[in-house]
Amino acid sequence: MSESPRPVTIDQPVTITVNGSEVTAQKGELLIDACERAGTYIPRFCYHSRMSPVGMCRMCLVEVDTGRGPALQPSCMLECGDGMSVDTESAKVRKAQDGVLEFLLINHPLDCPVCDKGGECPLQDTTVAYGPGESRWVEEKRHYEKPIAISATVQLDRERCILCDRCTRFADEVAGDPLIHFMHRGSNTQVNTFPGEPFSSYFSGNTVQICPVGALTATPYRFKARPWDLEHAESTCTTCSVGCRVSIDTSRDEVLRYNGVDSDPVNWGWLCDKGRFGFEAIKHEERLVAPLVRSGDSLVAARWNDALDAAVAGLRSVPASSIAVLGGARLTNEAAYAWAKLAKGVLGTDNTDCQLGDGLPADAVLGLPVATIDDVCRPGGTVIYLGPDPKEALPVLFIRLRHAIVNDGVKVVELTPQSTSLTPLAAASLTYRPGEAGVLAEAIAAAHGAGAAGVDAAGVDAAGVDAGRIAAASDLLAQASGPITVVIGRPSVAESASTVVDAIGAIVRRFPDATFLPALRRGNVIGALNAGLAPGVLPGRVRRADAAEWFGAAWPRVPEVDGEDAAGILRAAAEGRIDTLVLLGADPLGDFPDASLAEQAFIGARRVVAIDLFLTESARRATVVLPATGFAETDGTTTNIEGRVTQVVRRVTPPGTARSDWQLAVDLADRLGADLGFESLADIQAEMDELSAVHAGLTVAAAASDLDGVVLPLVSATVADPAEADATGSDSASASDSPAAEATAADATVADEPASDADPETAADVDDGLIPAPAPLAFVAPAPTTVPALDAYAARLVVGSTLYDAGTMVRHARSSAGLGPAASIRLHPLDHSQLGLGTSGRVRVINGARSTVLTAVADGSVARGTAVMIGGLEGGDDSALIDVTAAVTDVRLEVVS
Amino acid sequence: MTEVPRIVTSRWDTLDAHTIDGYRRSGAYEGYAGIKAALDRSPAQVLDEVKAATVLGRGGAGFPAGIKWGFCPPGVWPRYLVVNGDESEPGTYKDRVLMERDPHQLIEGCLIAAYAIGAAQVFLYIRGEMAHAQERVAAALNEAYAANLVGANILGTDFSVDIVLHWGAGAYIVGEETALIESLEGNRGMPRLKPPYFPAAKGLYLKPTIVNNVETLSNLPWLMVHGAESYKSVGSEASPGTRLVAVSGHVNNPGVFEIPQGTTTYRDLFYGEQYGNGIRNGNELKMFIPGGASAPWFFPEQVDLPLEGRTVGAAGSMLGSGAIVVMDETTDAVKACLRVVRFFARESCGKCSPCREGTSWEEKILQRILDGHGRPSDLDLLLDVADNISPGPYPVAAHPDAGLDAVPFPPRQTTICPLGPSSVAPITSAIRRFRHEFEAKITRRNALPVSAAPAAPAEVAP
Repeated sequence: MSESPRPVTIDQPVTITVNGSEVTAQKGELLIDACERAGTYIPRFCYHSRMSPVGMCRMCLVEVDTGRGPALQPSCMLECGDGMSVDTESAKVRKAQDGVLEFLLINHPLDCPVCDKGGECPLQDTTVAYGPGESRWVEEKRHYEKPIAISATVQLDRERCILCDRCTRFADEVAGDPLIHFMHRGSNTQVNTFPGEPFSSYFSGNTVQICPVGALTATPYRFKARPWDLEHAESTCTTCSVGCRVSIDTSRDEVLRYNGVDSDPVNWGWLCDKGRFGFEAIKHEERLVAPLVRSGDSLVAARWNDALDAAVAGLRSVPASSIAVLGGARLTNEAAYAWAKLAKGVLGTDNTDCQLGDGLPADAVLGLPVATIDDVCRPGGTVIYLGPDPKEALPVLFIRLRHAIVNDGVKVVELTPQSTSLTPLAAASLTYRPGEAGVLAEAIAAAHGAGAAGVDAAGVDAAGVDAGRIAAASDLLAQASGPITVVIGRPSVAESASTVVDAIGAIVRRFPDATFLPALRRGNVIGALNAGLAPGVLPGRVRRADAAEWFGAAWPRVPEVDGEDAAGILRAAAEGRIDTLVLLGADPLGDFPDASLAEQAFIGARRVVAIDLFLTESARRATVVLPATGFAETDGTTTNIEGRVTQVVRRVTPPGTARSDWQLAVDLADRLGADLGFESLADIQAEMDELSAVHAGLTVAAAASDLDGVVLPLVSATVADPAEADATGSDSASASDSPAAEATAADATVADEPASDADPETAADVDDGLIPAPAPLAFVAPAPTTVPALDAYAARLVVGSTLYDAGTMVRHARSSAGLGPAASIRLHPLDHSQLGLGTSGRVRVINGARSTVLTAVADGSVARGTAVMIGGLEGGDDSALIDVTAAVTDVRLEVVS
Repeated sequence: MTEVPRIVTSRWDTLDAHTIDGYRRSGAYEGYAGIKAALDRSPAQVLDEVKAATVLGRGGAGFPAGIKWGFCPPGVWPRYLVVNGDESEPGTYKDRVLMERDPHQLIEGCLIAAYAIGAAQVFLYIRGEMAHAQERVAAALNEAYAANLVGANILGTDFSVDIVLHWGAGAYIVGEETALIESLEGNRGMPRLKPPYFPAAKGLYLKPTIVNNVETLSNLPWLMVHGAESYKSVGSEASPGTRLVAVSGHVNNPGVFEIPQGTTTYRDLFYGEQYGNGIRNGNELKMFIPGGASAPWFFPEQVDLPLEGRTVGAAGSMLGSGAIVVMDETTDAVKACLRVVRFFARESCGKCSPCREGTSWEEKILQRILDGHGRPSDLDLLLDVADNISPGPYPVAAHPDAGLDAVPFPPRQTTICPLGPSSVAPITSAIRRFRHEFEAKITRRNALPVSAAPAAPAEVAP
């Protein structure tokens, strides 16, 4: 894999001499990196630019003269200093390189013809380039049992290992899962796990990628292909919304492997195993290959024409308010826009929601100034974290946060209802009573500058947190250097989103210059929100009411009233007010936090059109099921949590007759007698560029950007002054009246293009300058949520997330299926002992009419009065307990005898 | 020979010197008078006294202790004192005897050093195999704590120090100070890289840490009582005081001897009545290791050299840890070479490639030669493998008969620490001097040029 030197800013230049030529390097930069940037590659095995140097393999020895005469030194351990002189090609260096390579090869099996690494192996390549021509070794080589499985997916061939410490260092210092280490010593040294404790890390696949030999291989790729038969293409992982850059390796129309690509602003080359092995799901034999139409009790395969007709039947001649579109976070930006245009511009319904009760209102995601991952991880910065456990929900964000905390002095103040992977790393971790995030945030804000007295004034032990700890957290935030960044998401789906919004409101009031990074999990949720797949908004981060005129001029129609969110849609369906429910990759029966509401909605909805990759629980009960393309089967762009737009690419043929989501939107519109005007992705991108303020100028900016993509908005939405926007909007100059010109005014090269490129058909009315550009969406804190007091006999529920839940993609990926934890309900040991259960036992968990039976487990990390569950597990039934209309979920526990 | 003062071994003849009463009663100074003398002065004065006395480190490198203490960056706390009692070099056993016979002297030395550098925590790291030494030190520590000589407010002053006893798990490389620190932290004993991990700046738990040898610290009580001038009156100007040497091998009277630094010669040690008392059976000396298994070998021409660091270094070897292994004419040079190389191959920690792979390769080649499967190219191969671990001319003694000069110490290395290069010492020494023995093994298979006597250290396990 390509591992490039870490990008460096030269603010303390020093001059070093590399093989006779003078080179400018950053003071303190590692010599091996400075040489590589100067075009002189120094061979290495143990050195990896994203991990601390260890100087173990000795391959990077070069002759360095720092004034005391030339001496062989490892260039990966040496920091550049002024006047340093380096010779990387001297006879001594060549002899040392020969020697080290010979040492590494003497016990290496040289089984390259049957080794998966053969053809892309750093040891092989380095030997050809730098090594001795032949072996002088006549002794017997080391032997080990091969291979041994060190985890469910990673196999270890120990005799191939050159003991470079890369995998073990990764596990220890990057992932924080030090489950593999060296054992024994001398030439018997080997990497292994502690007996009986597998390398069960969410990040284990990265060790396969960074292994410089074929010692570590991943089961899904073992013996599947030869590297020279693979085609590589860069894309973006959409398993979650971090937006890790991946290389998709394909052969013979089949995805065989993903590798992480080192994108400096995002994933640094790392991937989580769920993403890395997620390709197993898209080539699963249960993928839908043809449309299905309900016939009596069963779904039968149908021709596309018939299926589309059946789908349109429920959309034609029904009131707009009786149509709802759920989902869309799986889609590309372009498909999301096409669907938003179909739903809002053709069908005229605002009942759209790309989040399924596990997200935040659109204005809390889109209406706040955005922090990038780099902003959050800025060395020395201070972060408020109020969201799901990052290791479970957004694993690579956890890696970045962990690095920032451990290596760059970032201080994290965590507000959480349960202990998470961040808790041991955070500078302060405040465990609030579920539902009272807003109360806690208010208390922290009130404590500012007032010390403990201020906390007392704001309420002793707010949200169940000790006043002293609130004061300490407040002090930490007050001492922050530079603006605070805030990561916001849903720590628990058992407390309503409004409780998190309350906390955001308090933070915004206390830290007006804070920036926000949404920690929402679903693949392209930000892209779908930007495209307007949420109630009350239209594409481009604008409110429906503000932008109705703007879009009304370009679209056949716009919704007349604000629609409902996912919970509202399902409630409407349950009450019989929905004629057709379109599921755009959504599976409410399997995925909505309130199972009983979802069930009633399916009973109440007259028709359900499901567009999906698999026959999910919801799709099984649909009227029409349309098969859609999956990851690596369609081109387009996606948007990560930062608002970063990057390319996703089509590499393989979709199974059967599955079609792209945007094409389905076009087809359905066509049958409704409307023309979306899209014949290609470029058409959609052009219209987004033209009409959607946040996407304005994107096509040009994206073309000019590297593969790291472009962060939206190109100019921060909150910077724009509404008054100024009006003024420019009424200006008759054609270059400045589109939202494109607005957003990109700061960048002249970008600003010219979109306006001159305007599609005359769709933008004719817009272009005449009569309609003012809609004001960007801004976050408005609603009235605080009332949280009922906890009664002494109940426990307040927290439902967190886990990486390997029983979601559709995990269940269909062979490597990930079955890795999830067992379902249980965890209680404080004292609460647990009050039940009189012994160490564990079965309890009935009751919330009014809802109940389920679970194993109760004592856990010291759980706060008293709290019960913790992991959501979405097989047999977990957390959704059987949650009532999404309530602010919190209080449950009673009864022992099952 | 004139009578020399016994600085660190003055209680070795006293049977109960390991108890606090015995320690107080016997010896060249009153037990725990040294720490009292130190506490009467300021830490800076104690440091100056140690600097003035030029107390050289006795672990092997011979670096002045006072200078080392001064490397602690000012104003950085806490600081730690770590005692290196992980003596594991073959032939070296002086620290073990010191700890077994006079543990209180070491404890008192720790207190003086801790006082001088400002450490409140001392870690006493004792090699895992030295059970008796560990028991003696533990018992002595209990006595010292009971007598308020260790712990809070020592002797009523505001000086407080805790001494933690740590038992090693049996790895030679942990005698290297950074590997010892890793081991103390609970990690694998693997050396850290210098830079940036100079223990005085970034040591235990990345805090300033002074690592001193057992013998170095055992010198301090005597020094505090008698003063730097008296200390410097013993030994040579560059190497004042005495040092312990452990003589083993083919001498009539092996043992640990305290000798004045710089003035005693190897001949004195081997043939002097109070020391080795001659080679066994009146045999001729064939070769000797002058300073531990990692030192290049010396031969009869070097026997009149004094035990003085610089002289020995210029002659192509080192004094090292003071372990002297004497081998007489009956010794098989190839077997002796293998024996030492095997030690380093087994003890290599496995961290860096040249040492991990190179030392075991050397061992395999030597074993093959001894097994009668040697090839003519093996000697050049052996030397080239050695050269890839330690490039350039390796330190070696002069060979006047062959007209070869000495190559002075120290060796260069492609490795992280000196363990790998140490394995080269017996190879270059033995092949340069006894190439004919190796060649005889290769060409005539098992026909040995000399009949090896079954005596340590040249015996090879079957």
